Amino acid sequence: MENFFDLVPLVVLFPLIGLLINLFAGKQLGERGVSIVAVGASAMALLVSIVLWLAQVDTGFGAVVVDAPLLGTWIDIPSAGVEIGWQFRVDTLSVTMMLVVTGVGTLIHLYAVGYMHGDEGFPRFFVYMNLFLVFMLVLVSGNNFLMMFVGWEGVGLCSYLLIGFWFDKPGDEGWKNSDAARKAFIVNRIGDFGLILGVLLTFWTFGTLDYYVPDEEPIPYHHAEHEAEPLFTPDITGVDGAESHAVSGPMGVFNQAETWLTEGDHRVEFGTVSIKFEHMLTVITLLFLLGATGKSAQIPLFIWLPDAMAGPTPVSALIHAATMVTAGVYMMVRANVFYHASETTSFVVTMIGATTALVAGFIALGQWDIKRVLAYSTVSQLGFMVTAVGVGAYTAAMFHLVTHACFKALLFLGSGSVIHGLEHGHHHVAHGEHDHDDGFDPQDMRFMGGLRHKMPLTYWTYLVGTLALAGIIPFAGFWSKDEILVDSLKLGLDDGRLDGYLGFGMLLAAAAFTAFYMWRQVSMVFYGEPRHAAAEHAGESAPVMVWPLMGLAFLSAVIGLINVPSGFPVLGWLYGEHQFANWLEESVTYAHGGEFNWLLATIAVALALAAIYVARTIYNDRAITDLERDPLERLSPRLAQAFALSNAKLYWDEVYFAFVVHPYRRAAYTLAERVDWYWWHDFVHERVIYGTFNRVTRLLTDVLDLKIIDRAFLRSAEAVRVAASRIRRIQTGYVRTYALSVLFGALLVTIIILYPVLRDLLGI
Amino acid sequence: MVPLWMYLVVAAALFSTGLYGVLARRNAIAILMSIELMLNAVNINLVAFWRYQKPGDVSGQVFAAFVFVVAAAEAAVGLALIIAIYRRRQSVIAEDMNLMKW
Amino acid sequence: MFEVPSLSDLNIAATLPVMSLVLGTCILLLADLFVPQERKQLTAWLAVAGLGVSLALSLLSLGDVTRFGDGDEAFAGMFVADTFTDAVNVIALVTALLGVMVAYNYLERTGTQRGEYYVLLLFTTAGVMFMGAAGDLVVVFVALELLSIPLYILSGFRRPQEASEESAMKYFLLGAFASGFLVYGIALIYGATGTTGLHDIWIAVDDIVAGDATSQYLLLIGAGLMLVGLGFKVAAVPFHMWTPDVYQGAPTSVVAYMSVAAKVGGFAALLRVLAAGMPHFVLDAGAPAAWQDTVWLVAVLTMLLGNLVAIVQNDLKRLLAYSSIAHAGYVLLAVAAAGSAGLADESAQAVVIYMMAYAFTNVGAFSVVIAVEKDDASNTGVTSMRGLARSQPWLAAAMALFMLSLTGIPLTAGFVGKWFVFKAAISADLFFAVVVGAVTSLISAYYYLRIVWYMYFEEGDGEAVIPWPLAAAISIAAVGTLFLGVMPYLLTDMAREITLAFGG
Repeated sequence: MENFFDLVPLVVLFPLIGLLINLFAGKQLGERGVSIVAVGASAMALLVSIVLWLAQVDTGFGAVVVDAPLLGTWIDIPSAGVEIGWQFRVDTLSVTMMLVVTGVGTLIHLYAVGYMHGDEGFPRFFVYMNLFLVFMLVLVSGNNFLMMFVGWEGVGLCSYLLIGFWFDKPGDEGWKNSDAARKAFIVNRIGDFGLILGVLLTFWTFGTLDYYVPDEEPIPYHHAEHEAEPLFTPDITGVDGAESHAVSGPMGVFNQAETWLTEGDHRVEFGTVSIKFEHMLTVITLLFLLGATGKSAQIPLFIWLPDAMAGPTPVSALIHAATMVTAGVYMMVRANVFYHASETTSFVVTMIGATTALVAGFIALGQWDIKRVLAYSTVSQLGFMVTAVGVGAYTAAMFHLVTHACFKALLFLGSGSVIHGLEHGHHHVAHGEHDHDDGFDPQDMRFMGGLRHKMPLTYWTYLVGTLALAGIIPFAGFWSKDEILVDSLKLGLDDGRLDGYLGFGMLLAAAAFTAFYMWRQVSMVFYGEPRHAAAEHAGESAPVMVWPLMGLAFLSAVIGLINVPSGFPVLGWLYGEHQFANWLEESVTYAHGGEFNWLLATIAVALALAAIYVARTIYNDRAITDLERDPLERLSPRLAQAFALSNAKLYWDEVYFAFVVHPYRRAAYTLAERVDWYWWHDFVHERVIYGTFNRVTRLLTDVLDLKIIDRAFLRSAEAVRVAASRIRRIQTGYVRTYALSVLFGALLVTIIILYPVLRDLLGI
Repeated sequence: MVPLWMYLVVAAALFSTGLYGVLARRNAIAILMSIELMLNAVNINLVAFWRYQKPGDVSGQVFAAFVFVVAAAEAAVGLALIIAIYRRRQSVIAEDMNLMKW
Repeated sequence: MFEVPSLSDLNIAATLPVMSLVLGTCILLLADLFVPQERKQLTAWLAVAGLGVSLALSLLSLGDVTRFGDGDEAFAGMFVADTFTDAVNVIALVTALLGVMVAYNYLERTGTQRGEYYVLLLFTTAGVMFMGAAGDLVVVFVALELLSIPLYILSGFRRPQEASEESAMKYFLLGAFASGFLVYGIALIYGATGTTGLHDIWIAVDDIVAGDATSQYLLLIGAGLMLVGLGFKVAAVPFHMWTPDVYQGAPTSVVAYMSVAAKVGGFAALLRVLAAGMPHFVLDAGAPAAWQDTVWLVAVLTMLLGNLVAIVQNDLKRLLAYSSIAHAGYVLLAVAAAGSAGLADESAQAVVIYMMAYAFTNVGAFSVVIAVEKDDASNTGVTSMRGLARSQPWLAAAMALFMLSLTGIPLTAGFVGKWFVFKAAISADLFFAVVVGAVTSLISAYYYLRIVWYMYFEEGDGEAVIPWPLAAAISIAAVGTLFLGVMPYLLTDMAREITLAFGG
């Protein structure tokens, strides 16, 4: 089945074709046609991904590099030895990402057909969505960092376009949407700057950007006995079989890095400065991390993601929960060889990830907007993944990425269904009564309640998603979150690393927050009595929206079983132990399977259940009577303070505004006003350039013309007067000024070209 | 026999006269005539060089013929343009054309 | 003493691409008389047909599918038919095709629908092609006039509009003045070498270098004066002053065409004369050619002045005029590089690549100006771009692309062009000029992106008229700009084949 690998360009091509059709014929096709094309394109890409997956299984996880057809070499500068190709890489990691992107993507496309029904931008929406798939798939399937960067920028663009999709809504809302889009774009630029610097440094260091060159086997990291061997020391030479993998000839960056690390004492020449290779790796990985903090919304750049919820809900589900925001995690896992080598970076990564998980989890506690809660939850869960990368648990990071894609997409789509239902109900009410201007907001949870009976299917699927996110056994989130916790604690215990302990502690607290805010949300939305007329009249959404919910709910329930940790009773025997880790190991050098730890699992689940219980008690059916105050605030003044802090998002935006945005604006204003206008325009242009030119031409015409005229009119005083009047007139004639300039140029050229000869003649 | 340099000096003088005319005259037709003077100076040069350096090869002479053919073509187009402008503005003064500047 | 060459000696077949165009143009001149006034668009179609035939022939020749005639010469060496000729032909013809497309509706709506427009445009194109093929200074001179004289008329084509007439007048007077310098320079070169054939000059230069001082002076001044004449055509500083006025006053469809065509011709001739004719003209053994310093100094001046003055322009056409001055500076850098030993071919390739990129980009940019221009030639200010992104998103996107390409942002054709030009200049050790080039292209980002800013971030009507031929032209230009930028190897592979028949 190896020939099937050559199909990989199709995975990008199908969405591309879909978007082109919709772009040029969208208006003619109508909603039905557009949906068929867009969903069909996405489904075809999914089909190709599945074929690639089967081919992988069939060939024993063989990794191949496939040249993109027709495109040829992208950058080819033989003199500088630069050659960067349009190449796809099919290995277990990229196929995993392709399956997630196309699988979740297809379900969300399907859902969006119902959600966007009747919107005047219907074709435009699906063009953007397919374009997003194109770039995302380029990002995950490329064989070099530059293709990753192309995809990276492309998904950023699509994100920008889709967040601001409703930029033309009347009034402030349109402005708000486009502001959110710009915020996302600008904040991401900072991260992208880091990434491109990192890519350039990588190129400087290695002379190539390819992950692996074609036909090159990754140098494996042997860990025959997981339990016995210390996990976090690279060990290549001593292990049997390493020699047989010794690579000769051109190498991709990762094998080159392994080789240099093994040999030791490699230095990178940077002009006159020579840097130790290990230090260079630290710099590169830190720059990559900056990129990841932008795209994957980590501290300090996470502020754009909550605002990004201004986009349509399917966009939030696909781009801002399931796929694009995980690009940073994918990138770091792809570069696991680099990250593994640098302890400094690992420490920073762990701290950033764990802090983000905790802070975002805390902020999520105090939000009223149903989508904002989920947005902060996403930031928090991305923090989990980043922490996993930091502690070296690359399998766990990818595992959590996969499960999170399923249940977070489910939750977002569920919230979309709720919003849709509420809007529907509000329409109903508004038509019946006259008094409907009561500040109603279909996304505000305070106007909800009691939806369990109005929207049963949405409720049940939402519940599955909540349990999965909260980490209740046996739903998907339990398995992946548990693995991250185990691995970070293990890093602390085995290696005595501080970041292991710290990460573990913070993540455990964040996990408790997760269970709490999710159950708070479920309580406010689905339980109790309706608190607004709209909620009373809400109805279940269309089947085309509910089916994807059920599909995702099924996945959220069972997908954890792909990676049952070793030592887990019955299930491990039934499904095989850490299958996913085995699969991933083929392409991620430092991936390893997780172990099961009874104690830890019990503590984590108990903590989550306790948090759910507390949430259920506080937000019971009768608790929310006052729209202005949260039940939490009524418990004690201290809790009220904490809630206020959380509700205000820890004043993060305000701090940014005071310390970054405001000074920047003032500097820009000063530059514009003082430098550009007063100095550049008024002074330099008007006075210096214009004035000098006038003076110079006058001088030249004076001198030249006087001489000529002197000769012609025999130096008579009369002639000088005539000349003077002529000179005046010459300055008014524009054509002749120009002609004079040509003459001036001719003299200049003649003098310059004769200069060497003249110099010799005059003996200067 | 008159030496070559004399011809060259005459040509250079004629060229300079034309140059001066272009720079000093206000009348567009006069400017055009001055340009013709410059081209004629070139013709003197060409023919002189031909006669003194390569009398066996006619290319200098041929070139001179090309130059005055081109000069005639330029004059035709130029006079047509000047007439078009004169009809509209009743003026052939180059200075009057200053609609576009800076 | 004088042999009449036989017809087979002339090797006329080698001139097929340009000859077919000249022939087609003559037929068009006659045919136009029989086309009724209300159906003048037929003339445009005939012009496209003529250009198409010639383009097909040029492409066949460039792609080495067929060779017309045998050897590199025709007309006893007066006409050179090498790969450089083919490349210049292709650029000139593509530009002319775009030029016809943008004029198709523009002439009609501005009330200047006259058939001779296309005839003149085709004659100019033939002039450009002859300049690229020049093997003799006579051909350089005649081709220059064939290129220029129709352009003088085209500039004033919008009579009786004052601005158009004025621009024609200025262009004509100054153009004739500059060609006086050019032909004086030719006369001096003839005096120094005793020949006007570039191949013979190439051979004679070696003797002069070794020989007497008088000939050296004559040749030096001659080369300098030729640089003046051709520098005027390509709008190099300080021979540039006509450019903004003419670009502003002339009909925009003419400007779109001539801003590229005149430059292609000028640079082709500069390369023929300097790089092919006198690359060995050194004053000290081992030094670069004697004209190199002058050319790069002019290039530096041009880059500086063009980019600086463009910043304060508020009329789009004037702004693009200064921008085209600036771009002439970049190309001159490549021409200067040809003065170092062994770099003639690389420089020729860089010039071809740059001009190809520039052709698409600049014609595209002017086409957008045509789209927003009103029938009375107003609304060409920078502010007319306001709000274009909302009312005409595709047009705005194309304009943004052209602006990025003119700035030289990667993934656009402009970047590829700059890359090769700078590379050639670095190979020739012209570091100072390259630094100036890099700095000035940074400066240029200011005024190019200002237009993008107006389109995307300022409110305005953003009115534009885009009939289908114009839309097609803009699309071709945009696709070309993007295509060459994303897949530069197509162009560079083609360019690698380009060599000058002699010289270097």
